[in-house]
Amino acid sequence: MDSILPQLLTGLAGASSLFLVASGLTIIFGVTRIVNFSHGSLMMLGAYIGWSIMTRLPREPEWFVLGVIATALLTALIGVVLEVVVLRRVYRAPELFQLLATFGVVLVLQDVTLWLWGPVELPLPRGRWLRQFVDIAGSRFPLYDLILIAIGPMVLGLLWLLMSRTRWGTLVRAATLDREMVAALGVNQRTLFTTVFALGAGLAGLGGALSLPNSSANLNIDLTVITDAFVVVVVGGLGSLTGAFVASLLIGVLQAFGIVLVPKITLVLVFLVMAVVLVFRPNGLLGRPQTDAREATVAAPVIRAAPPELRALGVAALLLAVAAPFIVGEYYLTVLTDACVAILFAVSLHFMMGPGGMASFGHAAWFGIGAYAAGLAMQWIGAPMPVGLLAAPIVAGVVAALFGWFVVRLSGVYLSMLTLAFAQIVWAVCFQWVDVTGGDNGLLGLVRPEWAHDARVFYWLALALSVGGALLLRRMLYAPYGYALRAARDSAARARSIGLDVQSLRIVAIVIAGAACGLSGALFSYGKGSIFPTYITISHSVEALLMVLLGGLQTVAGPIIGALVYTGLADILVRSTDLWRLVLGAVIVLLVVAFPEGIAGAARRLWLRGREA
Amino acid sequence: MPVSRRLILGASGSLALPGLLRAQGTAPVRIGEINSYTSNPAFTLPYRNAMQMAVEQVNAKGGVLGRQLELITRDDAGRPQDAVRLAGELVNDQKVDVLAGAYLSNVGLALGEYAAQNKKLYVGGEPLTDSMVWEKGNRYTFRLRPSTYMQAAILAEEAAKLPAKRWATVSPNYEFGQSGVKWFKQLLTARRPDVTFVGEQWPALGRVDAGATVQALEAMKPDGIFNVLFGPDLTNFVRQGNTRGLFEKRNVVSLLTGEPEYLDPLGDEAPEGWIVTGYPGEAIEAPAHKAYAADYRRRFNAKPMCGSLVGYALINSIAAGVAKAGSTETEKLVDGFRGARFDTPVGNCEYRAVDHQGTLGVFVGKTALRGNAGVMTDWRYIDGKDLLPGDDFVRGLRPASAN
Repeated sequence: MDSILPQLLTGLAGASSLFLVASGLTIIFGVTRIVNFSHGSLMMLGAYIGWSIMTRLPREPEWFVLGVIATALLTALIGVVLEVVVLRRVYRAPELFQLLATFGVVLVLQDVTLWLWGPVELPLPRGRWLRQFVDIAGSRFPLYDLILIAIGPMVLGLLWLLMSRTRWGTLVRAATLDREMVAALGVNQRTLFTTVFALGAGLAGLGGALSLPNSSANLNIDLTVITDAFVVVVVGGLGSLTGAFVASLLIGVLQAFGIVLVPKITLVLVFLVMAVVLVFRPNGLLGRPQTDAREATVAAPVIRAAPPELRALGVAALLLAVAAPFIVGEYYLTVLTDACVAILFAVSLHFMMGPGGMASFGHAAWFGIGAYAAGLAMQWIGAPMPVGLLAAPIVAGVVAALFGWFVVRLSGVYLSMLTLAFAQIVWAVCFQWVDVTGGDNGLLGLVRPEWAHDARVFYWLALALSVGGALLLRRMLYAPYGYALRAARDSAARARSIGLDVQSLRIVAIVIAGAACGLSGALFSYGKGSIFPTYITISHSVEALLMVLLGGLQTVAGPIIGALVYTGLADILVRSTDLWRLVLGAVIVLLVVAFPEGIAGAARRLWLRGREA
Repeated sequence: MPVSRRLILGASGSLALPGLLRAQGTAPVRIGEINSYTSNPAFTLPYRNAMQMAVEQVNAKGGVLGRQLELITRDDAGRPQDAVRLAGELVNDQKVDVLAGAYLSNVGLALGEYAAQNKKLYVGGEPLTDSMVWEKGNRYTFRLRPSTYMQAAILAEEAAKLPAKRWATVSPNYEFGQSGVKWFKQLLTARRPDVTFVGEQWPALGRVDAGATVQALEAMKPDGIFNVLFGPDLTNFVRQGNTRGLFEKRNVVSLLTGEPEYLDPLGDEAPEGWIVTGYPGEAIEAPAHKAYAADYRRRFNAKPMCGSLVGYALINSIAAGVAKAGSTETEKLVDGFRGARFDTPVGNCEYRAVDHQGTLGVFVGKTALRGNAGVMTDWRYIDGKDLLPGDDFVRGLRPASAN
């Protein structure tokens, strides 16, 4: 086949583009330990800024280079602002909490970009040199793609020089290995973090500007890019530049040949690669085992039963919730039904994330599996709602058991990323396998039986299942199993030494969380009457994280409060302004800065302060 | 005749009736519209502008049934589950008489399902999926725009006139792309049994790896290419295709590429000679369209996009349907919308009684470069009713409960 060489080169060009984005992300993560969701937004800004600069410049190559460099510098500056204004304030917050802040930034930047540049995609007109090609093995190969192939290794080389030949680079490497030790030796962490963030943002801007000759500046770049970048960074090993480069090559080339051999599954391919790599190399290709951040070894406070006052408050809220159908109109009843679903969704994530210590970035997968289990049961065997509601947690639990077997070997961010990969695979199957799942068009006609058709009855059903589920999960936390699970989280080694089987404890946690979440998915579907792949998107998984973290990890009431606040806030904002993303994002950032331990955590602290003082 | 209490009550009742009618007559007809304003602004913002313009024009002429039109819009953020929730808000809280909207097919289907389960009329403007009025059609759902089938049908007809025998397809891998390719293959093979399909490319929606896709298509050595990519995917594909010479000496037939929403961003790289469906915009000479386009430009200082036409026609179609029904009661509305005729800037159309599909037509033509921008040339307008299959075929597709 004479097309092998051009296809390989195309893959290499793609790999270079991937590396440019991933390198910035991996450097930022290595030093600051922040999973930066807004990295894709920085690349999007790079593309837009690059467009604005370069459409004003002549189309010759030297001007192009100048424009690209100016773009990278400007994006780096934006990175600095971002770090100083937002992220600096949340470094002390618990791990993963910064992720929330960066997601808030994603939302804000979406609206800011739309407002500044408008809704239409903006392609950079290509000068003649950008359209040139070279004849390779009988095919025309774009000159610019050849340039891209060269840029990847060039950037890697420059970064390597920077990291190994400068004092700043040495400090960055030291901080990547052990940032507390670096701080203890008197290195100014603030400047280090700010400059690292600037470098990462600059690389994202560079990637955005260099993508312009092949594509356009558009509003979808942020979320498209961020998943690819996550995959590359994780496959390569977090914090490892060379690893990111190798992973880019692997994925870029596989992608190029995958398109020829298996054109229909390219979307899944990337995540399959990531899953396989993580199963065999739990720290990525070139990653080192993470040194535990020192704060993390201090055991999280033991969750105690709520004080009587809080219990009384909870009972009052429950009574109010039961009486709600007599108080509010039909629409608010559906919002409350959604809130019940959200509570179960959030509480189930809290179960594996708080006491279980396994932060899932793909919790929507269980939600979707539950929904599709109910929907397919209805479609294939005409199963009525009670059967669907029973099937959903069973199927989700069984799948969770299979998946759990892989995932419990990992820890920290690698574990989170494997859950993300799994959710993306589930999503892709639902989205692309039209014959079975109905694809994008979803499953329709999920009708509630006569007795539950009334909105009030269905609300009470949702309330009963959600509160019942939450109480059951709470009960498990105070059972011996719950204590064992928390022991495994706080110190796996000590837990093992007293004879606890850490891995099965964790698998059971995943199964329970998955089953409860599956139930919430089925409940949601019967509320809406239809099921779509959008139930399994990354943004839905992030919503679960938002609810749990906004509410607070340390209390059982946390995810419940988070779910209520988030559902209410989102509903009000969406209906009152076109700029809801901007407001929601800003509110999230503010909440993160104001309540680093979550709303419930802050309330608990204030409460305790009053008691103990 | 003794004056009984009953008589007095009856008389006062009938005396009061005109007042009651008047009271009802002054209440506006409320249209609750849901669309992807934040996730697909390029299409939906011009669409919303034109809807507002149409509402003002209808109201200036005295409204419908002597009542004014009122439009309430909501953003579904591209998520069908949000659309369903907001439909509940519009129906139960805002008491709208008609639901409308949707850009994405899945949002359209979700709203159709809501309409069927809650017995409320829903008029979809933009969603293209065939199943909305066929396999998943229901009594309460109508759809304005020409469907995937209709767009693919006219392109298959044009493709059959070409000498090309070896065809390759490239399409985003989801329901819209899959049914576009399915119909094109089926209809072209029916007209030209000598045609073979030599390969398919299925990039994921929104993340085409354009270089590799173009290279793979090149390796198939086709005479003709059928493309369903749109948006940023299309931009990437065209750039790589231009540089790598994929389109030279080949016929390309392409769905929706002639819409300014997708053609304009290609700028001076817009391909020449592709056979496309789309919208020629201000090049349309028909007096009704000239007046509409001039109004739109005056009002918004922008050129009318394809989305504008859909939004404008949608409001006019709803006004006509409500007028024909003579009431805003849902069951009467369904009967009124069936067979309702309405004027659009491109011609008179109808909601077919057999499947609730609007007969808004399709523009088909060739792409060309004028200065630094792509335009449609040699275009013609085909009435939607000439693109749809026979009534018996359609009846077989629709569930019995939908009629």
